[in-house]
Amino acid sequence: MNSNLFGYDHNNTWVHQLTGTSKLIFFILVSIIAMISYDYRFIILVLLLSIFAFKQSQIKWVQIKFVVKLIFIFAVLNLVMVFVFSPNHGAALYGTRHVLINLGYFTITKEQLFYELNLGLKYLVTVPISLIFLITTNPSEFSASLNKIGVSYRLSYSLSLSLRYIPDVQNDFKEISLAQQARGYEISKKGKLFSRLKGTTQILIPLILSSLDKIQTISQAMELRRFGKNKHRTWYMNRNFNKKDYSIILLSIFIVILGILFMKMDGGRFYNPFI
Amino acid sequence: MPKTMIEFKNVTFRYNAQAEPTLKNINLQINEGEKVLVVGPSGSGKSTLGNLINGIIPENFRGDLSGEIYIDGKDAKDMSIFDTSLKVGTLLQNSNDQFVGLTVAEDIAFGMENDCFDNPTMRAKVNQWSNKLSINNLLKQAPNNLSGGQKQRTGLAGLLVDDSPILLLDEPLAALDPMAGHESIQLLQDLHNELKNTIVIIEHRLEESLTQDIDKIVLMDDGEIVGIYHPAELLKKNILNKYGIREPLYIEALKKMGVSLNTLNEIDSVEKVNGPEVADRIKKVSANVKPISNYNDSDDILSIKKLSFSYGKKEIFDNLNVDIQKGDMVSLVGKNGVGKTTLSKLIVGFLTPNAGEIKFNGESLLNKSIKERADDIGYIMQDPDKMISKVMIYDEVALGLKLRHYPKAQIKAKVNHALKICNLYPFRNWPISALSYGQKKRLTIASMLVLSPKLLILDEPTAGQDYYHYTEIMNFLRKLNHEQALTMIFITHDMHLMAEYSTRTLVIGDHNILRDNTPAKVLDDEQLLAKANLRRTSLSILAKRFNVKYNDFSNYLIGKERDNQYEQ
Repeated sequence: MNSNLFGYDHNNTWVHQLTGTSKLIFFILVSIIAMISYDYRFIILVLLLSIFAFKQSQIKWVQIKFVVKLIFIFAVLNLVMVFVFSPNHGAALYGTRHVLINLGYFTITKEQLFYELNLGLKYLVTVPISLIFLITTNPSEFSASLNKIGVSYRLSYSLSLSLRYIPDVQNDFKEISLAQQARGYEISKKGKLFSRLKGTTQILIPLILSSLDKIQTISQAMELRRFGKNKHRTWYMNRNFNKKDYSIILLSIFIVILGILFMKMDGGRFYNPFI
Repeated sequence: MPKTMIEFKNVTFRYNAQAEPTLKNINLQINEGEKVLVVGPSGSGKSTLGNLINGIIPENFRGDLSGEIYIDGKDAKDMSIFDTSLKVGTLLQNSNDQFVGLTVAEDIAFGMENDCFDNPTMRAKVNQWSNKLSINNLLKQAPNNLSGGQKQRTGLAGLLVDDSPILLLDEPLAALDPMAGHESIQLLQDLHNELKNTIVIIEHRLEESLTQDIDKIVLMDDGEIVGIYHPAELLKKNILNKYGIREPLYIEALKKMGVSLNTLNEIDSVEKVNGPEVADRIKKVSANVKPISNYNDSDDILSIKKLSFSYGKKEIFDNLNVDIQKGDMVSLVGKNGVGKTTLSKLIVGFLTPNAGEIKFNGESLLNKSIKERADDIGYIMQDPDKMISKVMIYDEVALGLKLRHYPKAQIKAKVNHALKICNLYPFRNWPISALSYGQKKRLTIASMLVLSPKLLILDEPTAGQDYYHYTEIMNFLRKLNHEQALTMIFITHDMHLMAEYSTRTLVIGDHNILRDNTPAKVLDDEQLLAKANLRRTSLSILAKRFNVKYNDFSNYLIGKERDNQYEQ
């Protein structure tokens, strides 16, 4: 098992075969343009495309169940909050006001619903794009990909290192917590809530100390192998671009251009069907 | 004249945080192709010496440095840590903590990545060295899944790709089981024969290190070099114990039998050592030995029946049965990862068995929480830092009692008593951070003892300790066992420890207990040892060479050792 946060699966579809860099570029360009545009026609187009790619990558529902549910809850919560704080935002945006249900401050207008529909779609579209990147990219390639698009290698390597150490820290946490229970903190269900809480906080001191120790050792080990010597470094897991990678990058550029065309047509970020 | 690879001229070094210099006036010369062993007790300055060789000092630790250091002819002052690392490849003590790659292949390539090698070159080199070290089938594995020996090989491969002329290894044997340790020594020997590079090994396990050809031994104590010797010369000097380093077991035995070390030939090899009196003496002492009775007919304190356990799909135990009697001193041995620690964790409740029963004094443990079990069973983890959660020594020991709502006066009496037993009473008002590793270990034992447990389980009680502290801890545990009839189980890789201090050995094999017998009987069974990744001690090699029964020979020595102790 490869230690990683997002559950990289060792599948071998064409999506997996793409280099991390091209997927990262796709992810960044497409989500930016989808975030800028408020034209549901364009967003639905991108959504369909990313759902297609998602299907192609053979990601299983169990792998993403938790994350998707979490995103869904936050998206709905966000949409509700937008309505609570500015129920009139849609009308102000589109310049017209078609009242559906009159509820005083909380009056529901067509414009508001349309605005929130666009907003919801935007949230929705980022789910498959980001999950594709996270699940089909070998964690070993993350740092190389980040470095390739211009993030400094020190920064991107620290990401890869934290991926490497997450299971270790989890293990330490578990062990220390058990040791504290043996000392007498009743963290099991037999204990009172307060003593359980207190016991949990006691874990932090040894955990932080042992993590700091680890950080010192690892930074020494890295220096002893010349990390930080040059301005650049190469990556063992780096792969060269092939035709598919170039096509994906072209595709993402095409999508960006398409998005811009839609905006030209709409005369701005918002597509306005009310005029 | 051979080329000088490492040269120290009047080097003195004091860490900024310390008042006294850690290294004093060091003069040392190591030539190309030499294999040098640096030994010394904890705190003797041997790690500091290593850090000066590889450039960690002054890069990461500041302090006053005087004198001159030359690495491969170059003045170390003019070299950055990066320059030095191309000359000196360093394998740090704990190979688990120095893994930087997500997979074995990436870890091996790490140095080359930093030197901006292109991918085809990196792949070729990774393949070349992983083949040589027989880890080529592990390239895609994550480091967490490797055994201790495999981790070490990966670390070594990552250094060898650099073609650096000097290899520096800091306690390479520390985390390995006896067989893996032996293989590691063999591997170093083969590499050295082939590459003829200069190798510096810092280690306090002298006996294992001497199973390879060593050109010279640098003996350090209190920041100074006591002397630089050829192995045989050092052993004959009979000064090791004085400097807190364990003599090879066979030397100890020969001395106990009254053989004069000066009369011995080939003293540095247990396979060849001989002298005019040796054969006679061994035969004589083994002839009329009082049998030592280890038979213990006390009641069972711990009884495990039909225990099964697995991590997910990986089966660890299947139908394991064992009874431990009151007053037993049990050593739990077996290869790395076979489940020694798992068994302890099942007993103290950190893990829950799939099936079976664990009874303590006739009562089932399985329905009890970890805290409830801890009232009777003290579990001391290998790493004391994982157990310590307070800042002050007194508070740490008192914690268990406070949480069990003992009255204040009683807590004070109990804590002071436990601190006295563990020789920590003078430090009771100190912060824990001021303690050495060995003292911390004793502190964790003290914080278990205050709860007056009936059974102590210790995971590698002596790991990382020099001989002085090793003897101190083990004699202390033995005293507890004798005087308080405290039953003990300890997990160990150290065959000496098992032979000397336990009355009974449980060898854990795949899924079950492979053997339950006296340590001497276990050490006498070569097939069993091979199966469990254990190694014969040099005593049993000696017994075999001179055709005496190992059991008799070792009983004589253990009897003698115990007499000595009671006299003291």
